Amino acid sequence: MTSSGTANRQANRLLIEAIRSPDVLTALRPDEWELLVRVARRARLLGRIDSEVRLAGVDECVPPSAAAHLRAARNVIAHRKTLVSWEVDRLLWALRGVDQPLILLKGTAYLLAGLPPERGRIFADVDLLVPEDGLGEIEERLVARGWSRIQIDPYDDRYYRVWMHEIPPLRHYERGTEIDLHHRLLPRTSRLNSDPAPLFAAAQPLANPRLRVLAPPDMVLHALVHLFLEGDPDEGLRLRDLVDVHDLLTHFSGQPGFWDQLVRKAGDLGFARPLFYGLRAAERLFATPVPREVLGGLRRVSPPWPLRAPMEKLIDLALLPGHPDHPLTRAGLARWLIYVRAHWLRMPPLLLARHLSRKTWLRFRGARKRIDLAQLDLKQQ
Amino acid sequence: MIVGDLGRGEFDKRLAGPGLRVRFGPFNIRIGSPLDAFAGVAHQLYAPYPLVEENALIDFHVRIASPRGLRRWVRRQACFSLDGQSPFAPYTIEHAFPAVEWGINWCIATRAHHLLMLHSAVVERDGLAMLFPASPGDGKSTLCTALVHSGWRLLSDEFGLIRPEDGLLLPLPRLIPLKNESIEVIRRFRPEALIGPAFYNTRKGTVAHVRPPVDSVQRAAETARPRWFVFPRWIAHSPLDLQPMSKSQAFLMVASNAFNYEVLDETAYRLVAQMVAQSDCYSLCYSDLDEALAALDELSRSSRDE
Repeated sequence: MTSSGTANRQANRLLIEAIRSPDVLTALRPDEWELLVRVARRARLLGRIDSEVRLAGVDECVPPSAAAHLRAARNVIAHRKTLVSWEVDRLLWALRGVDQPLILLKGTAYLLAGLPPERGRIFADVDLLVPEDGLGEIEERLVARGWSRIQIDPYDDRYYRVWMHEIPPLRHYERGTEIDLHHRLLPRTSRLNSDPAPLFAAAQPLANPRLRVLAPPDMVLHALVHLFLEGDPDEGLRLRDLVDVHDLLTHFSGQPGFWDQLVRKAGDLGFARPLFYGLRAAERLFATPVPREVLGGLRRVSPPWPLRAPMEKLIDLALLPGHPDHPLTRAGLARWLIYVRAHWLRMPPLLLARHLSRKTWLRFRGARKRIDLAQLDLKQQ
Repeated sequence: MIVGDLGRGEFDKRLAGPGLRVRFGPFNIRIGSPLDAFAGVAHQLYAPYPLVEENALIDFHVRIASPRGLRRWVRRQACFSLDGQSPFAPYTIEHAFPAVEWGINWCIATRAHHLLMLHSAVVERDGLAMLFPASPGDGKSTLCTALVHSGWRLLSDEFGLIRPEDGLLLPLPRLIPLKNESIEVIRRFRPEALIGPAFYNTRKGTVAHVRPPVDSVQRAAETARPRWFVFPRWIAHSPLDLQPMSKSQAFLMVASNAFNYEVLDETAYRLVAQMVAQSDCYSLCYSDLDEALAALDELSRSSRDE
C-alpha cells in the first residue's frame, strides 16, 4: 500500500473511532487531533465529535486549539437549532387553518422529536412532507406569508416538479431560511415504489398535535434513501447520513416489532437491497447492534458474494472522507460510480442519460457552483 | 523563529513541499504553493511573522496553485483551496498573493465562531483599544494604517476578535490591504511604511498590502481592553468633526457590523452591551489624516487623565 493509502486509512480510522468509541480521544497526539478536526469538518461531523467529547467527559484531553474548533462548531449548531425551531414555529403560524397533515423530516424531525441523531448535528433547511393534493394550497399560503420561490432555470424547475419528490425550495425573504416541501420520499421517476399513503397512515404525532414525524421504520428507511439516493459526485455518500441511521437503529432497536416492520416495509418499497447495504455498513463502521437474523433474512435479496464484496468496498470508499492532503483517485472514482448508481435508482435509463449529459455539459462549461471569493461578503457566511 | 530567518531557497522549498507554517495572531496557518508569483511577495511581506512551533496544531491548511486539468494550459490561473477543497473561482496567476490574503480572512470569518468577530479595525495604546467598526469604503484601513505608523499598535484592520471568556480583544495583526487612492495617500503620509507591490485590476481595483510595524507583529499575544468606539467616515474636503454618540446607537452599529453576531446569540448581545457600556463612543468625519490623528490622540489622552 502506498503512503497516501496509509494516510487515508489513518484519517478515516480517527474519525470512525472518535464516533464509535470516544474513549480513544484521551490518547490522541496533537497531530492526530489536527487531522481529526480537518476530517470531521469535511464530513460535517465536527459538532458530533464535540458532542462525543463532552458526553465521554474527556474535555481535558483536548488541546486548546482543537477545543476552539469544537467550540466554534457547537456555537454554529446551537444557532442553527434556534433558527430551525423558530422556522417551524413560523411555519405553523403561516399554515394556521390549513387542514393538512404536516410531517417533519430528517434533522427537523430529530430536533423536534428529541431523537438521538439531533446530538451535535448540523441543520440546514426545514424538510416537510405533505400530501400531494395539499401541496398547492400550502405553497400558495407560504408564498403569501413571506416565503418566495427561488429563481432557478426552467430545466431545474421542470426537473423538480415533473420528476422529483419535492418542489423547488421556498426561501423566506427576510430570514433566508429554506423550506423543502416533499410530497413523497422517492422521486416519481424512481423504479422503487414511491406511494406515500402508508407513510401518512403510520406517522406519529408530536407534543404539538399539528406536527408529526414518520413512524420509526419509515424514518430509518428515509435516512437510508437519503444516504443512497441523494448523492453528490464530489462528496460521494454522506457519512453523516449513516451516522443518523446508526443512531436511529440503536435507539429504536428495542421497540417491539421494529426490525420486522423495517424489513417488511423495505420489501414493499423495493428497497431491501439498499437496506441490506446500509445495515451492513452501519455494523461494519459503527458497530451498530443489528440482530443476526435480520441480516440473515436480508441475505436472500443481497447479491452473491463475488458482487457484494466489491460493492461494499465501493460503499466504504465513497463514505469515508479520506485524508485532505492525499486524495485517492479510486475514492474519486467510487464517489462518481455511486452517484451514477443513485441516479440509476432515481430515474429510468433514457431520462437518466438525458439528465446526466446535461449535468456533464454544464460541468464542462464550468458552470459549477463556484463562488467568486473576492466578491463574497465575508459577513454572509 | 520568524519567517525572515528563512533564506529564499528554504522558504520556497517549504512552500512547495510540506508547507510554510506561519502564525497570524491566534491562528496557525499552513500555506502551500508552488507559484513564484506568490513566494516572491510572501517572503518579503511575511518576514516578521513567527513560524509555528514543531508540535503546535495548524488551524487552517490553505494552498494556492494552478488548477488541474485542461484549463491550466488555456490560461495561467491560481486556485485557492482550503483542506483540498476549492469552492472558489480561480484567479489570474498574478493575483495569487492577494487571493491567499483574502482566502485566509475568509477562513477566519467563516470558521472562528468560538470568538465574537466584529467587522472593525482595532488599534491599541497603553493596553486600551480603540475600535473603528465600519463598512468597506469608509476609509477604516487608511485611518488604521496612519494610526499604526503614528504610535498606536495594530490589533487588526478588519477583525475585532473578542474572547467570550473575558471580553478582551485578541490581536490579529495581518497585512493591511490598501485599495486604489489610499495607496498613494499612505505613501505620501508615511513614506517609511513598508508597502508591497500593487496588484492591478483585481476584483477590488488596485490593491497593495502594508506590512504592519514589527512591534505590532511581535506583540500579537498581548490582549487589549475595549475603551473607545469611533465610527469613521472619510468625506472629501470635509472639516474634522468628532461627535459623541449615544450608546444605544453605538450598540446597534456595532451589532450590525459583526461577522457572527447572530451565531453567538445571547453571548454576543452580552459582550457587545458590556463593551459599549465601558467605552466612549464617537462618530468621526474627516478628510485630513493629520487632523484626524491629532483629534484621536487628544481623545485618548483626555480619557486617560480622567
